[in-house]
Amino acid sequence: MRARRTATAYAFLAPTLIVVGVFMVWPMLQSLADSFYDKSIGPGIFVGLGNYTKLLGDPAFLIALRNTVFYAVAATPVAVALALGLALLLNGHVRGRGFFRSALFLPSVVSLGVVAIAWKFLLDPDIGLVTYWLRGLGVDVGDGVRDADVAMWYLIGVGVWKNAGFYMVMYLAGLQTIPRMYYEAATIDGAGPWQRFRKVTWPLLGHTTMFVFIIAAIAALQVFDQIFVMTRGGPHFATESLVYLVYRKGLQDFEFGYASAIAWVLVLIVFVLSLAQNVFFSRRAVRF
Amino acid sequence: MRVLKYGALLVGAGLVLLPLVWMVVASITPEAAIVRYPPSLLPGGFTTDHYTQIWERIPFGRQFLNTVVFAGGVTAISLLLDSLAAYALARMDFPGKNAVFVLILLLLMIPPQVTLVPLFQLLSSLDWINTYQGLIVPRATNAFGIFFLRQYFLTIPRELDEAARIDGSSEFGIYRRVILPLSGPALLTLGLFHFMYNWNDLLWPLVFTTETDMQTLPAGLALFMGEHVIEYGLLMAGAVLTLLPMVAAFLLVQRRFIEGIATTGMK
Repeated sequence: MRARRTATAYAFLAPTLIVVGVFMVWPMLQSLADSFYDKSIGPGIFVGLGNYTKLLGDPAFLIALRNTVFYAVAATPVAVALALGLALLLNGHVRGRGFFRSALFLPSVVSLGVVAIAWKFLLDPDIGLVTYWLRGLGVDVGDGVRDADVAMWYLIGVGVWKNAGFYMVMYLAGLQTIPRMYYEAATIDGAGPWQRFRKVTWPLLGHTTMFVFIIAAIAALQVFDQIFVMTRGGPHFATESLVYLVYRKGLQDFEFGYASAIAWVLVLIVFVLSLAQNVFFSRRAVRF
Repeated sequence: MRVLKYGALLVGAGLVLLPLVWMVVASITPEAAIVRYPPSLLPGGFTTDHYTQIWERIPFGRQFLNTVVFAGGVTAISLLLDSLAAYALARMDFPGKNAVFVLILLLLMIPPQVTLVPLFQLLSSLDWINTYQGLIVPRATNAFGIFFLRQYFLTIPRELDEAARIDGSSEFGIYRRVILPLSGPALLTLGLFHFMYNWNDLLWPLVFTTETDMQTLPAGLALFMGEHVIEYGLLMAGAVLTLLPMVAAFLLVQRRFIEGIATTGMK
């Protein structure tokens, strides 16, 4: 009886375990193994930690790592802060609340790669409408996506555009969980809007903020789409991210071993963040 | 204070909608007018040429079909496999259950790009590059989907299973006649997640298709832009047609969709 139930359970799991095994776990292990080989098309030569030591002295990797960290460090707090601000504005009685919520969320359901084409047009250094407006406001945008100092900020802006509405929805859900009477009590005690935010909203949103911050950082570390469409990592690799570098080395230059080592650096960074998230959130009862 | 609040919301919504509005405007404006200097949000002029030309300049119809097959195929198969696995994890007890669940959680924590290079080698050796099966099968199950459905299945009262079991129902019968019919909203939400994620994806089709005729729309449009003198009107028409199904789907079920995200906080 017990054996039969076990067999039934694994029959339910079998299709998933086969797909996971063949197309997820095996490639992951393959990738880890490849990262110890100097390997292109063909069997390759074992080099131990050679690829990893090579990374430390490879400007292409160091630049991509720096770009990725810069992107994440800039885009994450901006997106999260905007999301919180918009959620606070939309919480409670707002005329047109449904419209604003849907409009702000819309970027989350459309293809970033496709919208990035429109953004590239709007931000074109010669004929772009947004470039024209920015110059009108006295902002020096130089040569736009062709300008090493400006291009990264454009990519950050587009990334924030894509994700802020998504995080806003999570904050709206978080705000729903704060009992109204806390605000009433604070108001009776003479707290103004800023104090109510500082003493009630912010501390009670702590978990939401932590959660949103981590998923935003993980998403930012995997930035690729708008880079591919708007800059292809240029000018002179100034906007190349780790994922873009994996794509270029692994899938254009076919340096499978070296690209795998780069990918595992990314795995390590993301895994540490995810683990922090899971440890943090398993310590309290998560309500899914 | 009120003015400030609505002002901020209007500016925010305006900035968010700007590229989408611009896309539509540029797609129906003659090329000469949209590249004129100084640029304007309303450049004037009207044409439907971009919408007729897009079908000839790139295999747009074919790429649209590819996108439907890819996103639809992944969604249908993944919903089936995810729900089967989730059923076992939520409703059955068996040795190794925790190990399987930990594996699913681990997969959730690993950035999917790490498998691209070895998957490319694997699919090449199977001759699956530029095929639908190559695009679909590696995504036929999804750790997030399994996790999401498991959580939902756990909320369905156990008594229902017991009642069906006493009536002589098999496990598969309970899955099919008890659990699935009660999980409509969760399946619909997850189906939408899967469909949108794959419809919108750029990197995956970029890696596993090299022929124009097998590309999906995001990859096809991005590569068209990279390879030609940029024709923005044409590209914007293609972009509008690519985004339209997702925007329409979202507007139809937005409430459920937004709530789905708010309660799961994932993906």
